[in-house]
Amino acid sequence: MSVAPVELPIPGSSTAGRAPSLEEEYVEATTKAGRVRRNLTSKWATVAALLIAVLWTIPTFGLLLSSFRPSILIKTTGWWTIFSNPGLTLDNYRDVLFSSSATAPQLGQYFVNSVAISIPATVFPLVLASMAAYAFAWMNWKGRDIVFVLVFALQIVPLQMALIPLLSFFSRGITIGNALIIPPTPSGTYAQLWFAHTAFALPLAIFLLYNFISQVPGEVIEAARVDGASHGQIFLRIIIPLAMPALASFAIFQFLWVWNDLLVALVFSGGSPDVAPLTQRLAELTGSRGQDWQRLTAAAFVSIVVPLIVFFSLQRYFVRGLLAGSTKG
Amino acid sequence: MTTADLLNKIEQVVIALAAFAAVIGLLLFIIDRAPKKRKDFFQLVGFVAPAFILLIIGLVYPAIRTAIQSLYDAKGNFIGLDNFVWAFTQPDSLVSLRNTVIWVILTPLASTAIGLAYAVFIDKSRGEKYFKALVFMPMAISFVGASIIWKFVYEYRPSSANQIGLLNQVVVWLGGQPVQWLQAVPANTIFLIVVMVWIQTGFAMVVLSAAIKGVPTEIVEAAQLDGTNAWQRFTNVTIPGIQGSLVVVVTTISIATLKVFDIVRTMTAGNFDTSVLANEMYTQAFRAGEPGRGSALALILFVLVLPVVIYNVRVLRKQREIR
Repeated sequence: MSVAPVELPIPGSSTAGRAPSLEEEYVEATTKAGRVRRNLTSKWATVAALLIAVLWTIPTFGLLLSSFRPSILIKTTGWWTIFSNPGLTLDNYRDVLFSSSATAPQLGQYFVNSVAISIPATVFPLVLASMAAYAFAWMNWKGRDIVFVLVFALQIVPLQMALIPLLSFFSRGITIGNALIIPPTPSGTYAQLWFAHTAFALPLAIFLLYNFISQVPGEVIEAARVDGASHGQIFLRIIIPLAMPALASFAIFQFLWVWNDLLVALVFSGGSPDVAPLTQRLAELTGSRGQDWQRLTAAAFVSIVVPLIVFFSLQRYFVRGLLAGSTKG
Repeated sequence: MTTADLLNKIEQVVIALAAFAAVIGLLLFIIDRAPKKRKDFFQLVGFVAPAFILLIIGLVYPAIRTAIQSLYDAKGNFIGLDNFVWAFTQPDSLVSLRNTVIWVILTPLASTAIGLAYAVFIDKSRGEKYFKALVFMPMAISFVGASIIWKFVYEYRPSSANQIGLLNQVVVWLGGQPVQWLQAVPANTIFLIVVMVWIQTGFAMVVLSAAIKGVPTEIVEAAQLDGTNAWQRFTNVTIPGIQGSLVVVVTTISIATLKVFDIVRTMTAGNFDTSVLANEMYTQAFRAGEPGRGSALALILFVLVLPVVIYNVRVLRKQREIR
């Protein structure tokens, strides 16, 4: 792949330092920024870009290729010797996903757990935050601005600050005096993880969705009000459809955040295989079976594949969501 | 996993979603039919109460508890600032503090520098989209997945055997001896940082690439007419033009780096002098049974993150005003 400018049909025009022909001069002057590109995209820049691209891709590629190699070959030869040591197999994936032997990773159930944790942990904060964002944007109430700043400020609290008390609250419930207000949450269910992920997501979600929902034209909402629509109706019929792109971006960000999370999972799943997600199982496997590369490579790809599908199919929303939410944590 | 297990899990999710939908639906239904007199109030409560209750139980109250708990020992006795004294005197926690500093200096610098260079190199090139996707892809991968990918790159085999880790193979090709990279104190911290840089460069690249495209063409052309070379234009026109985005990128990556946990946990579990603050916090609070010390470390983390976040927000707001 060369790094020749896109819009220029003239061959060789990207060569730096050459006096441009009249025709080139014209094209460059009319295509915006045409002149800028000429010197920057020199040969060395091309080489450097290719080098970075290769360096960034090779580790993943090596792991992917290895996950399809028979275990004996993975352990004795490098994946780059694939041509002198040929052999591809699906056994590794069969083993990590479906084998029921006690030593196998048994990723099937963890995969289900990851899905079961991620979907509600995306839906809950999305709905609650868009409701709160609507109240901040389109309802008039005393103290609105101060409360909004407070919610905004909550983003700076690292979730490490909340882990210890939240865990004890789950195991003991909340009591005021001697009265039990909220009973302990049963362990071995997803409830703790859903709750924790939802609470941790809210400050950022409210802030992002507010930015979008407050941009909805006021006339639209006024018109709906004049027609006698209640807040509930405006929210469901006008705000939600209009805010879809923002909701999609945040949903993708939150889904991936939950799917890729390890810390919250470690703290709140109690290590139970009934609840623990893929990331936790992978971390365990690297710790206890760090040499079983035939399993680790395949297992890593089982956990990576969902984010990658999201990445390649929804790239636009994905980038927007990630950029918006990159300060979370 | 049996079919019954699977059905049970699906059932849990479906019930939770259905219950949630029912509660929210009912809530919206009720506030629509609230008594006329106080309708505004009821509607407001209906919209904000669910989120606020969760925020208070799940974040505000626990954060305050953590701050208080940092003043108590494991048995619940008040010990003043002893946990903080411990954090700044014990070798273990000092190592994790030192490593956190190394992380937070190197990661943002390296990711931003590489991301910026790459963004400039591929700017307006053919296939820019694909070049971007390649470097951005690690952002989609979990820290745990990335750790395994890189652990495989760092894998060690004695020099008598074939290498299966790429890095050691390169070393052997160059005539060196294979090294157990992750146990080589103090360089092993650098090898962990590489993983974070690998992930964050894509973020820096995408943001900076957008910023570069926002630099007005006229200024660049004017500079070119003045006979400047590419490097001069880059340092005198492009860099000032994307200054705001650069600051945002650096601070954002700094915040993420300060809280880094998964990479250290997965690759070395904090052994071989590689621990960082967030990992030490987890170890103390949930493995060593020292919630007081864990709370103190969480509080230190909070104090470290605070100025960076405030600075980040101020820059963002200034940028918005300019626009």
